Amino acid sequence: MDILSLTAVELAKAIREGKTTSVEATQAVLDKIAASEDTYHCYVTVEREKALQQAAGVQKKIEAGELTGPLAGVPFAIKDNMCTEGTLTTCSSKILENFVPTFSAEAVLNLEKAGAVILGKTNMDEFAMGSTTETSYYGVTKNPRNPEHVPGGSSGGSAAAVAAEECFAALGSDTGGSIRQPASYCGVVGMKPTYGTVSRYGLIAYGSSLDQIGPLTKDVTDCATVLEAITSHDPKDSTSMKRENTDFTSALVADVKGMKIGIPRDYFGEGLDPEVRDAVLAAAEVLKAQGAEVEEFDLSLVDYAIPTYYTIAAAEASSNLERFDGVKYGYRAQDAEDLHTMYKRSRSQGFGPEVKRRIMLGSFVLSSGYYDAYYLKALRVKALIKKAFDEAFAKYDVILGPVAPTTAPKLGSSLADPIKMYLGDIYTISINLAGLPGISVPCGTDSQGLPIGMQLIGDCFKEKTLIRAAYTYEQSVK
Amino acid sequence: MAKQYETVIGLEVHVELATKTKIFCGCSTAFGGRPNTHTCPVCTGMPGSLPVLNKQVVEYAVAVGLATNCTITQYCKFDRKNYFYPDNPQNYQISQLYLPICRNGSVEIEVAGENGNAYTKPVRIHEIHMEEDAGKLVHDDWEDCTLVDYNRSGVPLIEIVSEPDMRSAEEVIAYLEKLRLLIQYLGASDCKLQEGSMRADVNLSVREVGAEKFGTRTEMKNLNSFKAIARAIQGERERQIDLLEAGKEVIQETRRWDDNKEYSYAMRSKEDAQDYRYFPDPDLVPVYISDEWLDSIRSRQPEFRTEKMKRYKEEYDIPEYDIDIITGSKHLADIFEASVALGSQPKKVSNWLMVETMRLLKEKEMEPEDIRFSPEHLSRLITLVDGKVINSSVAKEVFQVMFEEDVDPEQYVEEKGLKTVNDEGALRKVVEEVIAANPQSVEDYHNGKEKAIGFLVGQTMKAMKGKADPASVNQMLKELL
Amino acid sequence: MANVISDETIEYVGILAKLELSDEEKEAAKKDMGRMLDYIDKLSELDTTGVEPMSHVFPVQNVFREDVVTNGDESEQTLANAPGEKDNMFVVPRTFD
Repeated sequence: MDILSLTAVELAKAIREGKTTSVEATQAVLDKIAASEDTYHCYVTVEREKALQQAAGVQKKIEAGELTGPLAGVPFAIKDNMCTEGTLTTCSSKILENFVPTFSAEAVLNLEKAGAVILGKTNMDEFAMGSTTETSYYGVTKNPRNPEHVPGGSSGGSAAAVAAEECFAALGSDTGGSIRQPASYCGVVGMKPTYGTVSRYGLIAYGSSLDQIGPLTKDVTDCATVLEAITSHDPKDSTSMKRENTDFTSALVADVKGMKIGIPRDYFGEGLDPEVRDAVLAAAEVLKAQGAEVEEFDLSLVDYAIPTYYTIAAAEASSNLERFDGVKYGYRAQDAEDLHTMYKRSRSQGFGPEVKRRIMLGSFVLSSGYYDAYYLKALRVKALIKKAFDEAFAKYDVILGPVAPTTAPKLGSSLADPIKMYLGDIYTISINLAGLPGISVPCGTDSQGLPIGMQLIGDCFKEKTLIRAAYTYEQSVK
Repeated sequence: MAKQYETVIGLEVHVELATKTKIFCGCSTAFGGRPNTHTCPVCTGMPGSLPVLNKQVVEYAVAVGLATNCTITQYCKFDRKNYFYPDNPQNYQISQLYLPICRNGSVEIEVAGENGNAYTKPVRIHEIHMEEDAGKLVHDDWEDCTLVDYNRSGVPLIEIVSEPDMRSAEEVIAYLEKLRLLIQYLGASDCKLQEGSMRADVNLSVREVGAEKFGTRTEMKNLNSFKAIARAIQGERERQIDLLEAGKEVIQETRRWDDNKEYSYAMRSKEDAQDYRYFPDPDLVPVYISDEWLDSIRSRQPEFRTEKMKRYKEEYDIPEYDIDIITGSKHLADIFEASVALGSQPKKVSNWLMVETMRLLKEKEMEPEDIRFSPEHLSRLITLVDGKVINSSVAKEVFQVMFEEDVDPEQYVEEKGLKTVNDEGALRKVVEEVIAANPQSVEDYHNGKEKAIGFLVGQTMKAMKGKADPASVNQMLKELL
Repeated sequence: MANVISDETIEYVGILAKLELSDEEKEAAKKDMGRMLDYIDKLSELDTTGVEPMSHVFPVQNVFREDVVTNGDESEQTLANAPGEKDNMFVVPRTFD
């Protein structure tokens, strides 16, 4: 049995049936990490000893019948912007180079309750600001499908770790596409749930009104299973929702008969790579063949999503990142003679260029005289975007489109022009603005062999519909 | 002729609410304690932590709003106020700007005025908002650095912003007294200036008498007593008039009052841009105060001072002066009412509060809020006197101990053996001895010097170590003489 | 480029954001910010008259905690990552004289 090729759910089953153990699986994946990290660099921190210890503990509980869930014993990777008690958490930034949280994120605790083993923390764009995982202070992550290309971002380390079999599943976070886009580039499944589904407690905030934690997995079954495990109503997070019917795995049904799928024409216009377009439209045909009703429609305001997003996300980030000042934790510049110099040097030396760029923009759009023109205007457009989606979901169960305009670009080719890089988020961003769930499912490769992802977008709280559609597609093309 | 100037003053009053826990986390608000022992990830701005609003803060804020005749903003929100300072762990303070919880209120102030020309006037309240307090900075001169303690970080505050309706220090103090009393009556805060649970920033400008436009105002911080406020107002008024007289302009700025030097200093530096970049806090959801909720808070509003004074007049036979003093402190009024409820005679309770309590408060420079003795003990002390178990001078002695340590007077009297000796035989014996030992006084008495008996009573009391009832002694003396 | 960012603006934003930029970084920041603002200006094409600014996507309200003490002495955790510590407090450069 090739343990590493198993999905998370398959592995847990094998462990339950006594065909392997959590310790064996953890050792296998740690060996794989040791062998391939030099090439891909998916992790910032790997906790070998801790993981093996945790696996041994979990294994005992499984054998004692105390842990019976579908993920018990499975080794996971966690994006490095989620706090893990006792384990370095850096957000891939120098400013948190020595930060060891004293508590764990609620989503991580939920995974551990389900019997997960935590392998370590994955690389990301610094503070989740980027689409390539090249802005990390700890070096770039490479795409396991082709190491000359980026894995996407910002959850690039998590997506790459799943693709490289350096973990069985991973958690990422998605503020403007940061789970779905790297999932698409690396050929894995990634989902951003409805805002408020997974607690943000312990997730180091980038854009608080947009951030959501979600799974990156090998297939749709794992995705639904992990989502079910991390979903909870958390009284520590005021924006956490009390949801019902969160048994997402019950939606793993290969049946889309009568499902109404809308394809926004605006998502297939200028800028979309023809190979991506063809693959996504072919995927739509597959669902149609399974009985879904597919039709094109106009989703207005697509062009306004990016400026709206960058205004809101930068504004929130400028405030969220004020706490990194060298006073309570993290990097402090030495020999600063006075307080303000200490602040400025710690922050200027601690943050990378992309983070500084967004903090500056965010501070500017909130500053006196510009708040109404930029920030409030963006909040108004956000309301219009939400309305446009509400109207679309009055007609359709699912919206289908590409995740990104292209497949994974070559390393080093994106950062030179920030605006161009931001444009790459065009299909993912409005979903965060409207709080909707979205899933990225692999739907083929381009002529270079790079993966292409299709995005399915659902109405608020309709993850089950997405899972059903994604599962049906996956089963049909198996 | 020299120009006449008018002072225009508005106040921003911060009040620490009397909740058990902080505004956004379950840490205790208890005063004191070793540094940083009342802290958690939320109130120290740890990465990944999130705030959750304490419901009691909303209730107190609404209660104060209702008591100051405000309109309650039934749909209100929290905003972030961004500025870097180490007492502020997130480098933004969660506050309210766009939709504060209370607006457009007013209170009536009573001012003694000059030459006995007392008057009342309304002071309008612009808004009241909820926010979090900052931590404490301690300056370490030894190592030339500053130390930060976050125990106070996240303690709930309300900021009461008045309109520029006050014209003198006297009006300002009357306004503060009024607010303090209302809030104390609500139990929403103890409002102690010295301990910082009530703090006032003074916005002040001057203009020529008769001018319609306001002058440029300055904001003064660091005022922690009524005296400091009065001095700061006087000092700043003079500073601004001097500037205007010299043809210079007043600059709108924040100034720090130094009460020792009696001067204010500008706090501005290039690094303080005063641009707070307020925006709605995405981590907190809006607060909706339904009509039902509002009604239930309204129905729980206490009896305020005016109503209380009226009721006391009707119910208790005590002087108006006493009523004025007792109702001037919620705590004092509570002790009074509880003691009366325990069966003590109102007049006697009032006497203890008006005479001995006031004397000790003055002597120890304490506020009525600092009184620690319980109504049960006061009531018991009165019972002891009424039953002639102790005499009034022993009672005063016991009261002093009770005031300091809140001892149980019954137990204390028992332990210290302070009971009046009611054994007639024993008393007769002592009186006989005193008569025998003071023939001169006995003779004086017989010669019609009534006063002489006083001396003999004193000698008897002394011989009995104070534990006798002076009236009984007097009677016994007369009998034996 | 419609939005021209002045040296003063970059200086001012640096003060607000507590960032100290080198001359090169300042030039780059001026250019980047100008371009971003040009791009954001696209929003002004949309008529948003009468549209309420939306900060929260869902109409959730009244999420409260009860006023009950749940935390004990966590000072050890609070100070665990402190770059400077003395007497159970954080050390920072002198704040004022």
